[in-house]
Amino acid sequence: MEQIGYSKKVLEHFMNPRNVGMIENPDGYGKVGNPVCGDLMEMFISVKDDIITDIKFRTFGCGSAIATSSMVTELTKGMHVDEAMKLTRDDVADELEGLPPRKMHCSNLAADALHEAIKDYKRKKG
Amino acid sequence: MRRIYLDHASAMPVDPRVLEFAERYLKDNYFGNPSSLYSVGLEAKRAIEDARKKVAELINAEKETCIVFTSGATESNNLAIKGTALRNIGKGKKVAASAIEHMSVLNPMKELQKRGFELTIIPVDSTGVVDTEKLNAILTNDTTVTSIMYANNEIGTIEPIKEISEIVHEKGLYLHVDATAAAGRISVDVQNDGIDLLTLSSNDIYGPQGAGALYIKPGVRLQSILPGGGQERGLRSGTENVFAIAGMGEAAGIAKAEMAQECKRLKGIRDDLIAAMLTIDESYLTGHPTQRLPHHASFRFGRIEGESILLNMDMTYNIQVSTGSACTSRTLEPSHVLLAIGLKHEEAHGSMVLTLGRSNAFEEIPIITKAVKETVQRLRELSPL
Repeated sequence: MEQIGYSKKVLEHFMNPRNVGMIENPDGYGKVGNPVCGDLMEMFISVKDDIITDIKFRTFGCGSAIATSSMVTELTKGMHVDEAMKLTRDDVADELEGLPPRKMHCSNLAADALHEAIKDYKRKKG
Repeated sequence: MRRIYLDHASAMPVDPRVLEFAERYLKDNYFGNPSSLYSVGLEAKRAIEDARKKVAELINAEKETCIVFTSGATESNNLAIKGTALRNIGKGKKVAASAIEHMSVLNPMKELQKRGFELTIIPVDSTGVVDTEKLNAILTNDTTVTSIMYANNEIGTIEPIKEISEIVHEKGLYLHVDATAAAGRISVDVQNDGIDLLTLSSNDIYGPQGAGALYIKPGVRLQSILPGGGQERGLRSGTENVFAIAGMGEAAGIAKAEMAQECKRLKGIRDDLIAAMLTIDESYLTGHPTQRLPHHASFRFGRIEGESILLNMDMTYNIQVSTGSACTSRTLEPSHVLLAIGLKHEEAHGSMVLTLGRSNAFEEIPIITKAVKETVQRLRELSPL
């Protein structure tokens, strides 16, 4: 099955997304996108000694929006926040064995959402 | 898991009787060029003329010669609009179309606009019905082509074509009707409805892809947009796709014979599906509640996105549906039809279209309903909205 030109890995993450949900009182929270555009993502992180100990997401959007969110949480759980800040949209797409070209921009916002959450953490930490 | 196909507006399986009838035109003693004068060519020519008769009968055309075969609905729409507007340029340089026409109507219209024609887009109300007062107000005797579809493929709304025809003929010149979604589903009668040009598609009546037709009322003049060897009265050059045209003719004959009974059956399934879907929280019917194609059910769901609905229905339940969401379109814009009926972008993203066909059965209603309910619930659990 390769619906809409998605890789097996994208479809697998869409069907079985990891780390769905919210974290009560997160150490960092990031939100990107807009329902008008068709994609909206939220990332919640718990951080201890600058290590991401827990991460959860909620996403409104298409298959790749959900799959990229799931992949970002899988890649960065246990990661140092400075390392996680270096994660790019292209890294996420590569880990998913590629995204259709027209999906690269609009629905690959998950890394951005994570970065917002880390910035929020750093702001709170002062 | 057995497949449940609910996207007949996008593509239809060829009726096995059609295939059995038409496949001879790819082989044996029937493969000839219809323009050739020896027997293999004459058999092919005869097949095309038989098909022309059956297609003419499906829409009650005055005579067979009113039918010109094309490669499909897109070509028929292009020929109707550009061919008529350019041939009648001496009578005026204005054209009009409803806001919910197919792109193969709107884009030829826009092409004319670039060539100096004035294009007016007629708005529709929130159920997709063309604003006839506006139509009445904007048409002038130099509006040569007005294009309004018989029924819309995305929201199922049937337009008041007879009333529209009266307005067009009182105020403007020619009425072109794209009947791709309607033909074979509801009775289309070009004489009773007062239609000058009508588009048909083979695949949309269970015929093979690669054929379509344009009905041209006697006396309406248009020019070819595909010059060449002069086939199809000079209006559509190119060696005919005999297999697809013969198949379209057979499909038209079957549609005429079986349409009334089949559509009654599908309407029963459709009505139950609509009732079941509307029990879902934040679900809404799109298009007209009653004045709609009998096999057509279209919805939108709050807080979720259509491509995700499509994927989840296909992968988890082997049920194929359609959506007008931006995420599935080439332009990444939501469906122009959903925007024209006044939906906001975020509302249009959550659309789902179900179009029924001969393979669907009453027994599938609970399976489809359960699949949609579970899909909506799963995606809402993922959604921050």
